[in-house]
Amino acid sequence: MATTDTQSSTKTMKLEVFRFLPDEGEPPSFQVYEVPYRDDWVVLDALNYIKDEIDGTLSYRWSCRMGVCGSCGMMVNGEPKLTCSAFLRDYYPQQIKVEPLSYFPVIRDLIINMDHFIDKMGEVKTWLIPAEDKPIEDGEYLQTPAQLAKYKQFTMCINCMLCYSACPVFGQNPDFIGPAAIALGQRYNLDSRDGGADERADVLFSDEGIWECTFVGECSEVCPKNVDPAGAIQMAKVTATNDWFKSFLMPGGRKKSGGNK
Amino acid sequence: MDNDSSTPTAAGPVPAKQHIRKMPVNWWLKKPAYLRYMVREITCLFVGGYAMFLLMLAARLDKPEAFETLLASPLAIGLQWVALPFAIYHSVTWFNLTPKVLVIWRGEDKLPGFLIAGAHYAGWLAVSAGLVYFAMSGGTDG
Amino acid sequence: MARSNEPAFWSLFSAGGMVAAFLFPAAIFITAYMVPAGKIEADNLRMVMSHPISRLLLVAMISLPLFHWAHRFRFVLVDLGIKGFKLPIAILFYGTAVGSTICAAYLLLV
Ligand code: SF4
Ligand code: FES
Repeated sequence: MATTDTQSSTKTMKLEVFRFLPDEGEPPSFQVYEVPYRDDWVVLDALNYIKDEIDGTLSYRWSCRMGVCGSCGMMVNGEPKLTCSAFLRDYYPQQIKVEPLSYFPVIRDLIINMDHFIDKMGEVKTWLIPAEDKPIEDGEYLQTPAQLAKYKQFTMCINCMLCYSACPVFGQNPDFIGPAAIALGQRYNLDSRDGGADERADVLFSDEGIWECTFVGECSEVCPKNVDPAGAIQMAKVTATNDWFKSFLMPGGRKKSGGNK
Repeated sequence: MDNDSSTPTAAGPVPAKQHIRKMPVNWWLKKPAYLRYMVREITCLFVGGYAMFLLMLAARLDKPEAFETLLASPLAIGLQWVALPFAIYHSVTWFNLTPKVLVIWRGEDKLPGFLIAGAHYAGWLAVSAGLVYFAMSGGTDG
Repeated sequence: MARSNEPAFWSLFSAGGMVAAFLFPAAIFITAYMVPAGKIEADNLRMVMSHPISRLLLVAMISLPLFHWAHRFRFVLVDLGIKGFKLPIAILFYGTAVGSTICAAYLLLV
């Protein structure tokens, strides 16, 4: 293990890192690394230092280093965090424990399997389903600032999955559609140009969807982008309930979701 | 994703050995927010319990002595004193969350949450005072 | 996946939560403090509670909070990791609420 030294600082800090190497056939374990402490470093910098200088076998995901790509999410001292935005100075001089995002299956070291999350977004159809087909010549779909405001907050999601790792309901039931996918469903349901609310409702308003949520609320607390998925889910519950009652009033009883625009 | 060439993609092979972490039974003790959540959920036992107590009172409405005995029972009084803080905690957490469920738009702005929660708190105060007044309206003197 | 009938239970849960949040602390204060402390005579309270309006209010105060309990407690069990017996648990809990509602309506309104 390298002892440290960088020109600017002789202070060091310890990182306790979750290791899982499936090919070795060993159970997961923790490995402690000593890294230089710099007050402008984030946890991701420390991991990069480990990878470059101490142990090249450590695996983890990252890309943008500026809180936009959503790939560097990990548990830092038990809290889901973007490691590129979690400063060492907020933990120094305590040891920092770094683990892969809670509740997801671990593929290797700090890398989780996100396939299930990607699938859920597909099921919810987190894309615009136009309410009316309009040829390009007819110009753009106009939207007022008030219409934009209804869903804008939910567009900020960077798919970092921190909210899932804060959600005990997801921990108990991996099939729960979960905070981000539901918030993204709402993002389109509340868009005045979108007409897909009814298609999405079969998944969003199912037992594995919003009704699994018990409003723990921690998803909104950990979200780095203020998406407030917990709020999105409660609003969806109100919409789904209105739809459900309306389905009794309407002849034929077909449940239609207007998405509460 | 550049750190591990064997990382599977959605289209790639599913890894043979994944490590699945079990949710500990005591997960709700691991973070103060989770504990507060659990206490909030457990308030339902006291809410339901007091509703049952009201049912017992209802069953004694035509039996003055039994009605009085039940209200004077030390066990009933003790249990209610235990239930009271939970009932208040239920009210507080319930009203605090109302802005998430009741979203009111005025043009481009949401009505601020504290107004919605505040209105509920004001209502709570008024209704509580009204209930006490109503209960006293029989008048101890007549 | 099918759309859930959960809105029925969620509405009752929410209504019960509202009723309990607004009324229960004050009601407990009355029955656990004011009556035992002699601020209100038990018999007076009994008379007030016998008023037709009180009777309607009491049915709501008994029925809805029990649906609130049934719904919330069902999910507490899930939170604690009890994942089986979903149907029997639901029948037992909501059944208790339905049964108590019938009892309350019979006792107070009939
Ligand atoms: S809702 Fe927030 S925490 Fe969840 S994936 Fe999107 S940005 Fe991340
Ligand atoms: S590396 Fe992109 S969000 Fe952290």
